[in-house]
Amino acid sequence: MEKILEIKNVCKTYQTPKGEIEAIKDINFDIKSGEFVSIIGPSGCGKSTLLSIISGLEDKTSGEILIEGKKIEGISSEIGYMLQKDCLLEWRTIWSNVMLGLELKGIKSKESKIYVENLLKKYHLYEFKDKYPQELSGGMRQRVALIRTLAIKPKILLLDEAFSALDYQTRIMVTNDIYSILRKERITALIVTHDISEAISMSDRIIVLTKRPGTIKNIHQLKFETKERDPISYRESPKFSEYFNTLWKELDANGN
Amino acid sequence: METNERKIYLQKRRKNKILVIATQLLILIAFIGIWELLANKEIIDSFITSQPSRIWATLTNLGANDLIKHIQVTTYETIVGFLLGTTLGIVIAIILWWSNFLAKVADPYLVVLNSLPKVALGPIIIIWVGAGTQAIIVMAIAISLVVTILENLNGFLRTDENLIKMAKTFKANKLQILTKIILPANISTFISSLKVNIGLSLVGVISGEFLVSKAGLGYLIVYGGQVFKLDLVMTSVIILGILAGIMYGIVLLLEKFILNSKKFK
Repeated sequence: MEKILEIKNVCKTYQTPKGEIEAIKDINFDIKSGEFVSIIGPSGCGKSTLLSIISGLEDKTSGEILIEGKKIEGISSEIGYMLQKDCLLEWRTIWSNVMLGLELKGIKSKESKIYVENLLKKYHLYEFKDKYPQELSGGMRQRVALIRTLAIKPKILLLDEAFSALDYQTRIMVTNDIYSILRKERITALIVTHDISEAISMSDRIIVLTKRPGTIKNIHQLKFETKERDPISYRESPKFSEYFNTLWKELDANGN
Repeated sequence: METNERKIYLQKRRKNKILVIATQLLILIAFIGIWELLANKEIIDSFITSQPSRIWATLTNLGANDLIKHIQVTTYETIVGFLLGTTLGIVIAIILWWSNFLAKVADPYLVVLNSLPKVALGPIIIIWVGAGTQAIIVMAIAISLVVTILENLNGFLRTDENLIKMAKTFKANKLQILTKIILPANISTFISSLKVNIGLSLVGVISGEFLVSKAGLGYLIVYGGQVFKLDLVMTSVIILGILAGIMYGIVLLLEKFILNSKKFK
């Protein structure tokens, strides 16, 4: 499989009035097309910073980021980004919310409208397109947020502690839901989470960061015997608890 | 089907509401009644306190004191001051939101201006813009402007960071963030500014009229006081109260209209 995202020697140092803070150091990894990769690490290890840098929301101090072999600077159209909250605009209808990305980028067209319409139909939101966000459930809102991001046809999707604002049960359902949409649309995903079980249930690979300054401690390639991919059934696999224990210990050794 | 419990609950609620309104009316009627009675029995001196029947007579005899004209003048000045003060305040708040540098520079000045009693500026305003309607309108603006700037700037800065971050991930520029996120997210801030400013503009207009005017309710109050026409003073104060109520009511209607058109198109 071809490499879609390459991270090369990325470092980030924050300047504050009190001094310099080294957030992440020498981060190197690649993501192949269609892969799901999670980044976990103790809190404050810079995993969200790393994601912000990849998305272009924050500058890096040094290093390179490449998408399909091309160096990117700033916010790239190839990258979609999902935040912790769904960030739907309450004063806009669902339709106007999902069109927001295209509208801000000034790339609203007939084709893009049809594309978004089809996504809404496919994921059972079309009949709600004239409703307002407050009339939808938490899970539906997340799906709307996802479609808003997919509308710009990103090559890779970044999820920053996505769904962490939801309650536990909804969250597992939404994870499953979003996971199956991403697989169906063949989206490559990079996920930052503090939840070990979420990382295991969703990913092909897990990158473990050390505490600050965050460096890569280990990369785990996950192998499950089940062919059918689905986060909920993953949780029942015997391998799941094995991976969980390994990762738990690794994070614990970090002094988390 | 309504259960019995629900019926009792609803009844209780309705009773309570009626009781509150009835008590409010009773206090008003008793107050007016006792005032009238005491004045008639000459227990209080109606030359100093005036009395309801005389206020009523003044009120109904609008022409004698040119009341209509005075009401018009005050209303006009208040509306102009209100519109200018609110618009200017919001525009300046937008500019300060746009430039973090300007906001930091302006901060101490705004704090001082905010606590300064604006009435103290009266003589300066009169000298600068002339004794007349302009001075009164400037006074109304002076009183509402700084509060409007501070309140709106605060609202803009408190807008959910995540919404702005989300817009940025779609490469939104600053103008887009302003028009598509900040302004629509702050509709309630604007409405609360309108509510506060309608009252503040009246304060500005009346204190302006105290200082310079030849017309308006503020003028009438000062004039009435000087010639000991307490009927006229009391009537003016009551009209002022009604005027303030009506203006506030219009803002409330506007609020209802905006909220309805936003959510339930």
